[in-house]
Amino acid sequence: MSLYRDTGVVLRLHKLGEADRIVTMLSRRHGKVRAVAKGVRRTTSRFGARLEPFNHVDTQFYTGRTLDVITQVETIDAFALPIVGDYQRYTSAVAITETADRLTAEEGEPALKLYLLVVGALRALADGQRDSSLVLDAFFLRAMAFAGWEPAITECARCGEPGPHHAFNVQAGGSLCGRCRTPGSVHPAPEVLVLLAALLHGDWPVAEGSLAGARRDASGLVAAHLQWHLERQLRSLPFVERRAREAPITGALGSDAMSGDTEVTGAAQGTRGSGVTEGVPGGPGA
Amino acid sequence: MYEGVVQDLIDELGRLPGIGPKSAQRIAFHLLATDPVDIGRLQDVLGKVKEGVRFCDVCGNVSEEEQCRICRDLRRDPALICVVEEPKDVLAVERTREFRGRYHVLGGALDPLSGIGPDQLRIKDLLSRIGAEEVTEVIIATDPNTEGEATATYLVRMLRDFPGLTVTRLASGLPMGGDLEFADELTLGRALSGRRAL
Ligand SMILES: [Zn+2]
Ligand SMILES: [Zn+2]
Repeated sequence: MSLYRDTGVVLRLHKLGEADRIVTMLSRRHGKVRAVAKGVRRTTSRFGARLEPFNHVDTQFYTGRTLDVITQVETIDAFALPIVGDYQRYTSAVAITETADRLTAEEGEPALKLYLLVVGALRALADGQRDSSLVLDAFFLRAMAFAGWEPAITECARCGEPGPHHAFNVQAGGSLCGRCRTPGSVHPAPEVLVLLAALLHGDWPVAEGSLAGARRDASGLVAAHLQWHLERQLRSLPFVERRAREAPITGALGSDAMSGDTEVTGAAQGTRGSGVTEGVPGGPGA
Repeated sequence: MYEGVVQDLIDELGRLPGIGPKSAQRIAFHLLATDPVDIGRLQDVLGKVKEGVRFCDVCGNVSEEEQCRICRDLRRDPALICVVEEPKDVLAVERTREFRGRYHVLGGALDPLSGIGPDQLRIKDLLSRIGAEEVTEVIIATDPNTEGEATATYLVRMLRDFPGLTVTRLASGLPMGGDLEFADELTLGRALSGRRAL
């Protein structure tokens, strides 16, 4: 019997038999691991609630014939407790773990970058300082970059012409210049592209300075881009709460009325100034 | 693989919760060796279970009539509703003999991964019940796991604005007979936040 140890995030659980569970984890060195936690559903289990989804744990496994078996677990970060205390954060966390599960088809194939992205995103949700909708979209964009599907935001997806460009086409891979644009493209307002770039590169002051309309449109583009590349739809995505949409906004120059396929110009300038501190009134953590 | 109907039986049994392929095989061969009279009784019950059992119009518990026994019982306190995930949870609370109110069965927990959101549970029914009946306290008794906790969080948000309504959550704490140092962070965290004055 060979033992190994790794840190990982619990992505999901499946019931097995009377009292066991199969735990799917994304680990630092072994990529996705599916392992049996024996007796974990009994109230007397020594694992307790350590193996609940979203928790970041240090785990010892032994290699089984079909599935590995968990022998010891210690908590590194108990993310589950703060996350389930806020329904919006919970739905975002489920979408994050489902995406991580879907992006790692092969078990045992290292996915260090994705592991770090998942831990970072769950930590941000657990801390509750950032708007969970922004955290989710930033995770989606970076996870797509991990998978090789990073949308072209500032340059043309076809010819590489530096932008920003007016047209955006999910099937084409992102922004399209005037020469490459195809029918069916949408025309996001410039501040939507600014927000997407900020989320992809972790520029939080810019991301948090964005207005509700830009956030909603950015979320729509990110979700469309992700769904286009995943073979099956994410099950959890329709259930994700995007409460920032309801946040009262001040000084939105009509950007609230736009949708993905409407050309709106002139709304951009107000959001880029460093003096704009919209915040998210009543957001998580408040 | 076995032939025809035996394999069908094993497959059907294997779809039941908690039964793996080995157990399914064991049960199937047990049934093959069982007295036909016993099999007849089992067949009988299985036949009746879908047509004879319905769900209570008020609380969603399994019932043989329009309203379940508990909802029809005038001695039960109508001001108190205990919200649970499944009918089996009603039985668990009933066994304590501590609770004299009525129930509301949600039909599961919020679980986006399985496609279960607020609209898939009997949450709207709960809200209209609270609006229409003389309810003063709702006890949330969903499971103490991630989905159950998230469901409780959601319900608290929906129930917060009912004037004069007290919303409580089942206390969860440290298992009796154990050492504090072995408690996991989630359990200990919940026990701390739910501590009480003595
Ligand atoms: Zn181009
Ligand atoms: Zn009833």
